[in-house]
Formats: sequence, C-alpha cells, structure tokens
Amino acid sequence: MAVKLTLRNREFEVRPGMTLHSALEKLDILPESVLATRGGELILEDEILRDGDEVVLVAVISGGGA
Amino acid sequence: MKCRKCGQKASVNMRHHKLALCREHYLEWIPEQTERFIKKYRMFTRDEKVLVAVSGGKDSLALWDVLWRLGYQADGMYIALGIDGGFGYSSRSQQLTEKFAAERGLELHVVDMERDYGRSIPLLAESTHRGKGKPCSVCGLSKRHEMNRLARDLGYDVLATGHNLDDEAAVLFSNTLNWAGEYLIRQGPVLPESPGLARKVKPLCRFYEREMAAYSLLRGIEYIYEECPFAEGSTTIFYKELLNRLEEKQPGVKLSFYVKFLEARDGGLFTLTPEEAKAALHTCPSCGQPTSAPGKCTFCRMLDVVSGK
Ligand SMILES: [Zn+2]
Repeated sequence: MAVKLTLRNREFEVRPGMTLHSALEKLDILPESVLATRGGELILEDEILRDGDEVVLVAVISGGGA
Repeated sequence: MKCRKCGQKASVNMRHHKLALCREHYLEWIPEQTERFIKKYRMFTRDEKVLVAVSGGKDSLALWDVLWRLGYQADGMYIALGIDGGFGYSSRSQQLTEKFAAERGLELHVVDMERDYGRSIPLLAESTHRGKGKPCSVCGLSKRHEMNRLARDLGYDVLATGHNLDDEAAVLFSNTLNWAGEYLIRQGPVLPESPGLARKVKPLCRFYEREMAAYSLLRGIEYIYEECPFAEGSTTIFYKELLNRLEEKQPGVKLSFYVKFLEARDGGLFTLTPEEAKAALHTCPSCGQPTSAPGKCTFCRMLDVVSGK
C-alpha cells in the first residue's frame, strides 16, 4: 500500500508517514499552487499521510482573464 | 494546526497572515475582509448597483456569492465566448453560471458573441487576423467593450471583476519588467469612472488565488475547473508560478509586492506625461465609448472588418 495523490490527470505515489508538505516537495509540486483534499475535506501541509490515503490536489492557478 | 478563533482543526492556513481557520470561520472571514477592502478603497456602497462580470470560474463566482451575502445589489453578466477546446469550455461555464444564479435567485445578463455579433471569439480573431493565431487579445478587447457597454446601457454604477491578488501581482510583475509606466499608473483596486467609461473595481484584489479556490471549495460553489484551452502555456501562468516559488521561500512577498506598489503609486512614484494624460479624449461615433484616437474604437473597427465594411 502507499499514499496516492492526483493532480488533474496525473497520478503520484509516496510512502506513508510523511507530511503533505514533504510529499509535495518530493513530487516537485508547489504547495502555494494547490489545495489538498482527502475524503472531500481540505487538509493542511502538516497533515501526516497514512497508508491507503487518497489525496486529491486541486490546482488553484488559472491563466485566463477572470 | 488549529483555528485561531475556535481551536477546532483548521481547514485553511494562510502563512502570509500567520492565520489558520476552520471551515466555518474561514467562510466568515472572506466576506468580512471583502467588506473591509470595499470600504478601504471606496469601491461602492449598498445604494449603488453593481454589475459583476462572471466567467464561471472560481474567482468571479465567489465574488458574486460574497457580494450577495453581504447584501449588495449585485447582478451578473456572462459573455458567451464560443470557445470549445474539445470539452465545451464556454457552454459548460455558462451552464455553471446560470445554475449558480438560479440557485440564489440572482439576475444574470448574457451577451452571446455569436448571437449578438455573428461570430465566436476564435472566429472573430481568425477573420480579423488579430493576435497571431491566439484569440486572447480579441477576447480581452471584446470583454472590456461589452462589459462597459452593458454597464452603461443598463444603468449600473460600477463594474466588478474577480481579479485576485495573484492576477494583480502577475500583471504588476509584467508591467514592472517592461517599466510600463502608463499601465502601472492605472493599475489598482479602483479605476474611477470617466466620460463613457463605467467605474471598475476589483474587490478580491487582496486575496491570494489559493484563498479564493479554498472559499469556493468550502462554500460548495461549482465552478469550471478546466483552464481556458487558449491559456495553456500563457505568460500569466508562468509569472504566477515564478511568484509562487518566491512565496514558498518568503511567505507574504506577493502581498507586499502589490500593496507596497499601491502605496508608492499613491505617494506619487509615477506620473503621466502630458500626451498620456490627454489620451482617451475621443468618442467612438459608432458605440459612444472613449477611444485614444479619432474615429471608431478598436472593437467597432474589428466588427467592420468582419462585416466587410
Ligand atoms: Zn474556527
């Protein structure tokens, strides 16, 4: 088992036991550019990711003119 | 991390404010702060009629939601651009906007480029050969023109857009790289009304893009998550990423870049040359909106090209 993260149509896996912040760093994803949800709830960067967690990352940057 | 107000588990952490809040208190905080900035920058009052430009994206829908909750007289306008991108970008965002308005009983005005002007934005761009294969400049031009036209025709006092701090910081960054003084002097939370032009305001200009996304998520606003197909690889996105890299190392740097710019500008850092100050003294004979040169404005000239005049 592992921790699964998705961002748009990309999928990633990390080891359980690390914080969300470390996971994002490892995957080279800027924490400022995403929000993270687990089971529909927002989670913060200090959250420890557990075995079997499925984290959905929501991209927050958009480039169109509002 | 715990909510500063109630000690429950926090849902949003804003390092630049050293503030973490739970869902309930975050949903209170955003409207409170919006109200604060509307007053601080003297954007509008509850007696004035506000027209909110909505795109179906997170920022503009969140803005409309917040203004409605705060009790402002805020109607919406949506411009159907006719952009498909293989997934019905425009039609999907229109559906979401209409659903949002219907659920709250809000009034929404729709401009449809194809219905009202005979051509979608991509086709307008193609037939007028503007913008080097990308319709973004025609899109921006048409949106500005139509927003202003509707605001004036329907008697609104002010036009509100959903620009957030990341949008403003990216524009500021770009204008600073070019030392574009003429643009720098006009960039701000409020563009006052002038003959032929409605007042324009940006009530979300002090919120990070991430904060607006969090508001929309926590409020359960359904917005178009997909990017405009033409925005992919845009300079704006690139600048926003650069600034976020900086923000990661220096929390608050985006906010201070923008806020300190506003203070410097208000302190007289930039001045207009006499030629610049004289600009926009002409009126387009076709639509009545101001233009920088005698004769028809850019939008009306573009329509002439399309209709073969
Ligand atoms: Zn709380």
